[in-house]
Amino acid sequence: MDQLLINSGFPILSVLIFLPLAGALLLLLVKSESLCRYLALATTSVVGLLSLRLITGFDRTTHKFQFVEHHPWIDTFNINYTIGVDGISILLILLTTIIMPFCVLASWSYIKTRIQAFMVCLLIMETAMIGVFVALDFVLFYVLWEAMLIPMYMLIGIWGGPRKIYASIKFFLYTLAGSILLLVGIIWLYTANHYSFFIPDMMWQDYPVNAQMYLFLAFFLAFAIKVPMFPFHTWLPAAHVEAPTAGSVILASILLKMGTYGFLRFALPITPEATIILMPYVLWLSIAGIIYGGFTALAQSDMKKLIAYSSVGHMGFVTLGIFVLNVDGLEGAILQMVNHGITTGALFLCVGMIYERTHSRELRSATGVGKYMPVYITFLAFFSLSSFGFPGTNSFVGEFMILAGAFKFGTANGGFPYLALAAIPGAVLAAAYMLRMLQKIIWGGTDNPDQSWLTDVNSREIVTLAPFLFFVFWIGLGPQPFLDLIHTSVAQLLQQFTAHQAQAVAVAGSVLH
Amino acid sequence: MLFLPEFTLLGAGLILFIFSLGKPASGVIKNVAIGFAALTLFATLLCLKSEGKLFYAAYQVDFFSQIFKFLIALATLIVLVFSDARGDVHEETRAEYYLFLFMSVLGLMMLVSSVELLSIFVSLELSSFAVYIMVPMRNNTTASGNQVEAGIKYLLFGVMATGLMLFGMSYMYGLTGSTQLPVVAERLSLIYSQPAAVIAIVLVLAGFFYKLALFPLHFWVPDIYEGASNETTAFIAAVPKLAAVALLLRLITMVSSEGEVIVNVLMVCALLSMFYGNLSALIQKDVKRLLGFSGISHAGFVLVGLLTFKLTGYATAMYYITGYVFMNLACFLVICTVAENGKNVVVEDFTGLHKRAPLLALTLTVGLFALAGIPPFVGFTGKFLLLLGALREGHLILVVLAAINTGIAIYYYLSIVRVSFCTDSENRGTVASSGINNALALLLIMTIIVMGVMPSQFIAMTTSAIQTLM
Repeated sequence: MDQLLINSGFPILSVLIFLPLAGALLLLLVKSESLCRYLALATTSVVGLLSLRLITGFDRTTHKFQFVEHHPWIDTFNINYTIGVDGISILLILLTTIIMPFCVLASWSYIKTRIQAFMVCLLIMETAMIGVFVALDFVLFYVLWEAMLIPMYMLIGIWGGPRKIYASIKFFLYTLAGSILLLVGIIWLYTANHYSFFIPDMMWQDYPVNAQMYLFLAFFLAFAIKVPMFPFHTWLPAAHVEAPTAGSVILASILLKMGTYGFLRFALPITPEATIILMPYVLWLSIAGIIYGGFTALAQSDMKKLIAYSSVGHMGFVTLGIFVLNVDGLEGAILQMVNHGITTGALFLCVGMIYERTHSRELRSATGVGKYMPVYITFLAFFSLSSFGFPGTNSFVGEFMILAGAFKFGTANGGFPYLALAAIPGAVLAAAYMLRMLQKIIWGGTDNPDQSWLTDVNSREIVTLAPFLFFVFWIGLGPQPFLDLIHTSVAQLLQQFTAHQAQAVAVAGSVLH
Repeated sequence: MLFLPEFTLLGAGLILFIFSLGKPASGVIKNVAIGFAALTLFATLLCLKSEGKLFYAAYQVDFFSQIFKFLIALATLIVLVFSDARGDVHEETRAEYYLFLFMSVLGLMMLVSSVELLSIFVSLELSSFAVYIMVPMRNNTTASGNQVEAGIKYLLFGVMATGLMLFGMSYMYGLTGSTQLPVVAERLSLIYSQPAAVIAIVLVLAGFFYKLALFPLHFWVPDIYEGASNETTAFIAAVPKLAAVALLLRLITMVSSEGEVIVNVLMVCALLSMFYGNLSALIQKDVKRLLGFSGISHAGFVLVGLLTFKLTGYATAMYYITGYVFMNLACFLVICTVAENGKNVVVEDFTGLHKRAPLLALTLTVGLFALAGIPPFVGFTGKFLLLLGALREGHLILVVLAAINTGIAIYYYLSIVRVSFCTDSENRGTVASSGINNALALLLIMTIIVMGVMPSQFIAMTTSAIQTLM
């Protein structure tokens, strides 16, 4: 229990978790559609504002879990409601709470049927997502991790596009199938850990390497599908394309981060030896994802699909950063998780705005709108630049750190940085497909459809997009405050990791002698 | 006082018999039946804490039996409330139908208190024979003759299972010289590894496996579920399983885990049940048939708790079957309400249900997701705790295979949710649902969620119930 720190008497995390749920229950009683919208907006905004308290109260000098709350839940099996935040999760929680109000705004006129149910789903999603990032009890984590599938399934399956049924079922089955063995792993850890589900207690234990390998594979299957890593990514384009805008934003900005968060929170600290053994495979899968995502995105004519495949590439960078296992890589990975959430979320919002006007996601039908929607195009251009990591934008910082980490990893033992070199084409590809999209949307060609009837973004849409742009430049120009939040926890993670590694080598050595 | 719930049922039976002599309106007779079911529920509540022995210690009343009686009465009441008053049973045999229903419930209640081989046999037969007659009691128009076939099948298979059980009982008596369960268990434990003892135990268990619809005594399930009227199926799918689990618990708590053969036999049965049930359910179109196969797999899960031979395992098994009854009833409530004139429901009949009856669609979704084992519903908590107990005892392979089964199962549950939520109504009419039906649906949703999110109280209760046995 010494990893816990209670630095606030006010149960801020519980409030963040349960406020959206309360809002959802309240919504069930509301009949008026516009009141539903305002209520959902109010709830998510309050949650967003309250979550700022996390920044002010966060102690940046400790790796311990903060804002901890601990209540017994199922006594018989020692299952507790334990929640807390550390440097790895704090940015992801903030990302969630800050993006949600804009998801509500983006659905304001986009969703025309069953608004009440839609908003209820959004709010339940928020509860589950925040819960996943703060859970320190493995059962609590798993419950929320799985419970999230239901509202997300509904979001895609009810309000989705023409192939929504295929997409929603694929999403559900894929994600569920992936996390089934995670459940077995959790129970195994429970029995190996003196019948405790407390996550910090499970970390840095000397589990047999054999068991670690199985555990890592269970983790990997669950998290790699969620990320999604090549070759487990096939559910993502389908789900992204068919989901309504808010659903796509949630998927891209937050759900995908849960996979990489899972690697950081569970795979690295619980199965360090297995991580070292299997690291090369994961790294090359990341490279494969980067290249594959880039080439596939280049070939897309559907804007949402293009961004979905670009996500596969970007998330490949994140897993690359995680598994090179050095400070630059890890910090870059966490920052890039946030960046991807901001940039890709914003890009999906942009596509959603075009779709609301033209009712088509085809690139062909959206060509040459630059003349008629100048404000919109400005936003889109900045987000596209950010997406391929243009200097001065947020993704540049993240990708740069990850690549620096990859170079260090390659040259650490006097080797040649194959890995980093292999990832470089991914960055070039990103520029290629984003600029191609941008060129077509802004100028197009001589055969542009008549776009003169298009109206530029209204003030609600500007309000939706502006904060994203703000963060694009803030992180791009001054990332230090964000890195400060995560630095101590990452340093601690690495220190423990190397200590454990040394210890493992020592044990192996003593056995040999 | 010890026998009060049973007396109430007997009285209900007598009065319904008198009704059956005349020609009462079906609405009236349904209300009478509901009244009696409520009365029985009240009686079981009154007797919840009573303890004692009756009939020369052949009949034991303890907290364990009383809580099961309460659950049986509750499930019966719920089935009666949501079953359609217009119904699918002949107008003139309505009273008889309810008479047999109450006789069956009486048999089941006696079963959970029986601690003697002969009284087990008698109460099991009482409950079974009543149901044998209820199954074919369905209008010809809706079932196109299937109901008679179902009735005959149920009878023949049932008699065969009873035969197996009686054969096993004869072995038990031959080996131990007594029909009293405690004495039998004590003497049997001395000769545990002998093949004769194993055969005796397995054969007796077979009788209950039949009621629980567990592999390899599951084969009656699909046809009977399909052939019987919707409300009869709802009854068969929920109530007898409670009693079967109760008696299995009684038997198994008396047996120690020394017998590795028994553990292995149970494990094989559990796994085959899950795989058989889930894989067969994947291709079903008829919803009742589908739920029948899913019931087979759930029976396998219950067995996972029993074969741990530990108090917590038993307690979770009891918790799980209770949760299962509520999830199942939630699904059957929707089936019975959606079915037109009591016809069988195929998956497509739920098309656009979210528009035609939002609350029913929600109930169905909650019930199905709970059955599939998605948190935060009771199905997840139950499965999770069962797997946890099994892994504590080191049954890793079993746990992995059981977990894979939940993955298989999600597909067919999801396909029903998909039809009811993600399709348009295609000009199908709205579904009329009475106020009391809606209230019941809400109540079931609440129960499924509360049991899933806050299981502590329920686990504590089942644990203390099991403790009275040990």
